[in-house]
Amino acid sequence: MINMKRRTFLKGSVAAGAVSAAVGAGLLIPRAVLAAWPTNAFQATDMNAALDALSGSHDLASSDKVQIDAPDLGENSAVVPIKVFSQLDNIESMSIVVEKNASPLTASFILGPGVEGFVNTRIKMGKTSNVIAVVKADGKLYSAQKEVKITIGGCGG
Amino acid sequence: MSTIKIRAQAGDKGTKVSALIEHPMETGLRKDKAGKKIPAHFIQEVVCELNGTVVLTALWGPAVSKRPFLQFKLDGAKTGDTIKLSWVDNKGEKDSAEAKIA
Repeated sequence: MINMKRRTFLKGSVAAGAVSAAVGAGLLIPRAVLAAWPTNAFQATDMNAALDALSGSHDLASSDKVQIDAPDLGENSAVVPIKVFSQLDNIESMSIVVEKNASPLTASFILGPGVEGFVNTRIKMGKTSNVIAVVKADGKLYSAQKEVKITIGGCGG
Repeated sequence: MSTIKIRAQAGDKGTKVSALIEHPMETGLRKDKAGKKIPAHFIQEVVCELNGTVVLTALWGPAVSKRPFLQFKLDGAKTGDTIKLSWVDNKGEKDSAEAKIA
């Protein structure tokens, strides 16, 4: 089982590598490549590895300009509402990371011009875990976290 | 019929855009009754455009809930502007929809 996962992970990395090589060689137009989707970041099983793959760093500065709104108790582990707010300037992206999910990186939102520091979505959680909002602004990572307790069931979906 | 429902409402504090997408968001970790793994099937990228300019790109993993919901706020948009939302999943399926800001 562990080995199977490792195979899948390795295959994923090789495939992503091949695509970046192709982009680098000018064979593909980046805009048309869905592999902008960061496979390595989403498949990482460790939070720091996921952040490294996504943003090139897992150096998180806790900030009062980042807030996360999540329930204390996730009544339905398949639908946990999460809101992330930030008053930082020059926000590049806002990401949601669930520390104890099989793949911690859940979602990453890249903010374009005119978008306020706010996203609201719903996620699945396997078990009780810290949910961490990671905001990238001016090239640095800022975070806020909240523990959500999951009482029954697993990552049902 | 589109898989996407969009509501975009202009207010004093910017425009609030809400979207609900019909999608199973299968993680690939669940098994069916026969014990066979249900293959992963989830949206990877959602792109939101305002009058043709990309304003928000959401990159999603399989842990976003089924029938995913997304909400964000825009400054500088006005009533009558067009919001377009497009998604692509890991099987290459896609859909898009447009709505006018009310």
